[in-house]
Amino acid sequence: MSGAGLSARIAEAASRLLSEGSAEVVIGFEQGSIPMRATPCLVTDPSDAGRLVWNAFCANNLARYLEPGRKAAIVARGCDSRAIVELIKERRLKRSDIVVIGVPCTGMADPRAIARRFPGLRVTAVDESDGMLVIHGGPEPVSVPLDEVLHASCRLCARRNPVICDIPLGDPVAERDPGFPDVEAFASLPAEERRSRVEAEMAKCIRCYACRSACPLCTCASCFADSSQPQWVGRGAHPEDVTAFHVMRAMHLAGRCAECGACARACPTGVDLSILNRRLASDVSELFGCRAGLDENAPQPLAASSMEDSQDFMLDPGRKRE
Amino acid sequence: MTDTIHGRESLVRLLEGILAMPGVTVYAPVAEGDGAAFDRVLSASEALLDSSGAVRPPRQILAPMTETLLAMEPGGSAVDSVPAPEPTILFGARPCDARAIVFLDRVYAGGDRIDPYYAARREALTILSIGCREPRATCFCTSTRGGPLSVEGSDILLEPSGEGWIVRIITERGASLVGRAGLGSSDGRVTDPAAFPQAGAPRDLSALRGRLEQAFDDPRWEALTAKCLGCGACTFLCPSCHCFDIVDAEEDGRIVRSRIWDSCQFKTFTRQASGHDPRPTGADRYRHRLMHKFSYCLESYGMPGCVGCGRCVEACPVNLDIRLLLDAFGGER
Ligand code: SF4
Ligand code: SF4
Ligand code: SF4
Ligand code: SF4
Repeated sequence: MSGAGLSARIAEAASRLLSEGSAEVVIGFEQGSIPMRATPCLVTDPSDAGRLVWNAFCANNLARYLEPGRKAAIVARGCDSRAIVELIKERRLKRSDIVVIGVPCTGMADPRAIARRFPGLRVTAVDESDGMLVIHGGPEPVSVPLDEVLHASCRLCARRNPVICDIPLGDPVAERDPGFPDVEAFASLPAEERRSRVEAEMAKCIRCYACRSACPLCTCASCFADSSQPQWVGRGAHPEDVTAFHVMRAMHLAGRCAECGACARACPTGVDLSILNRRLASDVSELFGCRAGLDENAPQPLAASSMEDSQDFMLDPGRKRE
Repeated sequence: MTDTIHGRESLVRLLEGILAMPGVTVYAPVAEGDGAAFDRVLSASEALLDSSGAVRPPRQILAPMTETLLAMEPGGSAVDSVPAPEPTILFGARPCDARAIVFLDRVYAGGDRIDPYYAARREALTILSIGCREPRATCFCTSTRGGPLSVEGSDILLEPSGEGWIVRIITERGASLVGRAGLGSSDGRVTDPAAFPQAGAPRDLSALRGRLEQAFDDPRWEALTAKCLGCGACTFLCPSCHCFDIVDAEEDGRIVRSRIWDSCQFKTFTRQASGHDPRPTGADRYRHRLMHKFSYCLESYGMPGCVGCGRCVEACPVNLDIRLLLDAFGGER
């Protein structure tokens, strides 16, 4: 179904849910203020439901806006739903508080990829039809297949249809989980190359925490990065502090990261450290046989215990770790 | 002697001429991933002269993200770290960037207290701006009393004209740079601003200020800022934001006191030791940012704390557009 068709159905569902009182707020997207941007939209009045849209520029993970104890309906594609699943498993949210308006997803377009594809073009508007983007702004409109300008996280997406869903809209799309080709490619690089790539990303970081703030799973009420007593990590721009922040954030998300890419998309200076999260996701998948967000009923690997644990110090409280 | 720069090659030659001057540091926009930042350049080929401005503002040249203020040696003696930079040229600032530096001057060095760290860097700085031929969708400098040809803050403005630029000398410092770089000036010949694109509609900032002050308790702040994430993207990308924190840390056996950027949008910013926070909600913090820029700064510094560069509009991960908030609270109603 086209974006326009889905937009109308989202608006319809939102208006109904708000009118009948099944939700206090509907979390979706509306048209942004600049080209190639949709923007999160929190609708509380049914008469505003018409603002909701669905298009290829819905870049944020909307699960970020769910709050404990607030009855909310949320427009969710695969990645939003994966985050919701994790939040429910962590008991941050109650399933019964959330109405999932499920949308299938063919991936989101990356404005930076569009800029690389059409250097110098001042984009004024983009139309979508049948998997093609028609881009306006030059003397003539130009077009490009959506598939060729996707965000990296969308190219690598493991579940494009919502994992949990109450109100399914649109026809499900075919799944195409590609595994971890990025992680494998990165691991095959020489150590110096890996180091220099990660350092080059970190060098762009201005410690604005947009990554953390946009992340649906960065839910700690007080973040280690903000703590001054004790101070776990220095707050300035020294490379070792920037590194510590990013590595600690990645570790805190091990087995929890929904691999949505919202952090990389939020970054104003284009820092993309998703390789850290993806590497951890791939390790967790290998070691524990599970992947965040994909299964409502699977235990969270780092919050579960098993009598078969290969590390027996975990099981015998009396035994000292060597 | 010429007074017009014809085309891109001549602009490159001008930058080469400046780079060839002995004992100067030159900053220009350079590529950073898909974006751009002002950084030190050693050759003209590093500079992004065709970019429509850098993603990251030039303020870190004057107020670095992290700077050492003083260090305490093990014996207890303190060493001040006031910098002594060599002459520095900022090449290719936008007119809004230059205007933001006028604002920073008022903050750091405008009153009876002068910040010595800022002042030392500022004293060494000459600003060569390039006027904007084609404002971007996010630009609104004209709405903040600036404009794509504004000269405020620039020592030299290269004013777009046809395929090239007219060299306008604004200050003595600019004249001296033009002399040393082997350029002439064109004081008499300027582009007709009326024939030039504006970026955003002009706004009556005094009226806007009054309306904003009246809207302080408006219940709409909450809903209109509900999507704000409380990150620091808008403030850290802003060329005129300047809030900082001061931290002490041990580094190699010394105690180092540093100044680091801080943001009024962080939820720790106004939290007090008692736990009380005078701006406890995201809406309070967003309102503060807007009021600071368009009300308090007008009062304290005689100019808005926003130059309309549009960086925050571009940078905001949720596209919370400051212009829409100005329309909602400060527009004609
Ligand atoms: S969003 Fe980007 S610049 Fe900001 S803290 Fe995260 S990585 Fe650093
Ligand atoms: S760390 Fe990044 S990719 Fe993982 S859940 Fe958070 S925003 Fe999404
Ligand atoms: S508030 Fe936004 S538009 Fe205004 S100067 Fe700062 S970054 Fe630029
Ligand atoms: S307005 Fe945007 S950039 Fe600024 S704090 Fe809110 S979410 Fe972050």
